[in-house]
Amino acid sequence: MKVRVSLPSATQRVGMLFGFWLVLAMFGPLLAPYAPGQIIDTQVFAPISHQHWLGTDYLGRDLGSRLLYAVRYTVLICTLSTAFSCGCGILLGVATTATPAWVEQVAGRLMDGILSIPSLLCALLVIAAFGDSLMALVLTMGVIYTPGAYRTSRALALRIARMDYITVAMARGEGRLFIIWREILPNMRGPLLADVGLRFIYAVLLLSNLSFLGLGVQPPLVDLGSLVRENVLGLVYGAVAVVLPTIVIAVLTVGINLVLDATAGRRS
Amino acid sequence: MSAGLARLVARRIGTALCSLVFVVVAIFFMTAALPGDVADMLLGQNATPAAAQALRHSLHLDQPLWLRFMHWCAGMLHGDPGTSLLTGRPVSEMLAPRLYNSLLLAGATTVVSVPLALLLGLACATWRDTHFDRVMTVLTLGVVSVPAFLIATVAVFVFAVQFRIVPALSDIRSIHSVGQFILTFAMPVSTLASITMAQMIRMIRACMIDVFSAPYIEMAVLKGVPPIRIVLHHALPNAIGPVANAIALSLSSLLGGVVVIETIFNYPGLAQLMVDSVMLRDVPIIQSCALLFCLTYLFLTTLADIVALASVRKGRGA
Repeated sequence: MKVRVSLPSATQRVGMLFGFWLVLAMFGPLLAPYAPGQIIDTQVFAPISHQHWLGTDYLGRDLGSRLLYAVRYTVLICTLSTAFSCGCGILLGVATTATPAWVEQVAGRLMDGILSIPSLLCALLVIAAFGDSLMALVLTMGVIYTPGAYRTSRALALRIARMDYITVAMARGEGRLFIIWREILPNMRGPLLADVGLRFIYAVLLLSNLSFLGLGVQPPLVDLGSLVRENVLGLVYGAVAVVLPTIVIAVLTVGINLVLDATAGRRS
Repeated sequence: MSAGLARLVARRIGTALCSLVFVVVAIFFMTAALPGDVADMLLGQNATPAAAQALRHSLHLDQPLWLRFMHWCAGMLHGDPGTSLLTGRPVSEMLAPRLYNSLLLAGATTVVSVPLALLLGLACATWRDTHFDRVMTVLTLGVVSVPAFLIATVAVFVFAVQFRIVPALSDIRSIHSVGQFILTFAMPVSTLASITMAQMIRMIRACMIDVFSAPYIEMAVLKGVPPIRIVLHHALPNAIGPVANAIALSLSSLLGGVVVIETIFNYPGLAQLMVDSVMLRDVPIIQSCALLFCLTYLFLTTLADIVALASVRKGRGA
């Protein structure tokens, strides 16, 4: 028999919003009129004009083009690290409901250990040790947010594992993997998606903070946080170059958070 | 009942000690894995093999890793975290004034944010689903979901650049009077407090709404108890556990904000020292700063859990 899980429209909205950002990250730079590093004007911090739709930055580069590339790096790095953390977290969280107790003990202690280092501090330490390549950033943020995903998915899986239909499935003699894959995972999809969305926001915040401190994405690459950092001098003139990236970050995080909040409100 | 509680608390403290060991080991081995030889880096162009060897010996870098770890732990226990690689001064001497400054900032933030957050959180829960509550929900959600530097940047732009009320940087050496103290601390404390408060208000609101839905509150309403008395005498005493838990958790998340805020306002605190040391790869300082931060964080989260445990027990027993 086919189990149909009807998605609430709020979950679909989260998906649509996220899809929009992903498409923008993939294909946005194609729209960029200039190369991100190309100096096109002698006037720095130029205001919005016909030639430069979003003005220029502190070196006279086209801000619109740079913004498109910045969105690409922020969204892609955070997507990859969220995929890593939630993949590992959910795998471990669900798997430990079916493994011997000592596996759960070891995994739980390890996760507690990672959780007991503040996230920004942990990122600083790892970057001090392994440098700030894109790969290191993705892995660092992935590891930092694994315990959160582990805890959520484990709590969800444990609650579902106590349900009657799991007992029935076990009585039917179905294998553990089959039960996890066909009975447990499909039924935790909704709350799990909300959790993934939250981790994504955390990742965006952490990456922006790191880049703002000068320890995240390094030039010539650019992300939203480093865009704010390099143009922060323009704050004195109220330049578009520093205001706009901050607005984009806010729209990205607040938007997803608002949709998630609506989802949570509906469920409870 | 109290024996059971004592056992639970003891178990929580045991877990915290496990985490502490994990943290200490993680901090040491992560920073020990730094690429490049410290001796070569310090000597620069003068790195003859003999000089590098001598320096390595004096820094104990020729010893195996576990022996260095033991030395490091012993040093920490004796209150001697080593000397800075770059300045050659003892780490404790460099850390002490920074620690004092950071504690000052954190203390001022706590004093400002906790009572305000309590008041606003209570107000939100009491006047649930009114315009006031909706505005607060959107505001707190907005503050929670933007990076810390964004709030600080906007605050600097509005108050220091546009209105010129307060200085943009915190030069704490020029403080000679209470007025100057308030002016200097106004920006960093208010930005830090707004970040912490947003989180606290959301959690306190959730706790209080939970309590307000209890049958005894309904009973009190039906008896005709005035609203203020319901909040102060019936709801608040029963919510103290969860609320204290929320406050401790929010304060522990203040640490992340401190790093960003100190950097932006050029505030000479512990976090700024750590960020600078990460850029300069000054390992002993990174280790000590990280350890101090992790200890505070661990202490606050453990405290939050113990308070939560104690309050749950009390609620069930009563």
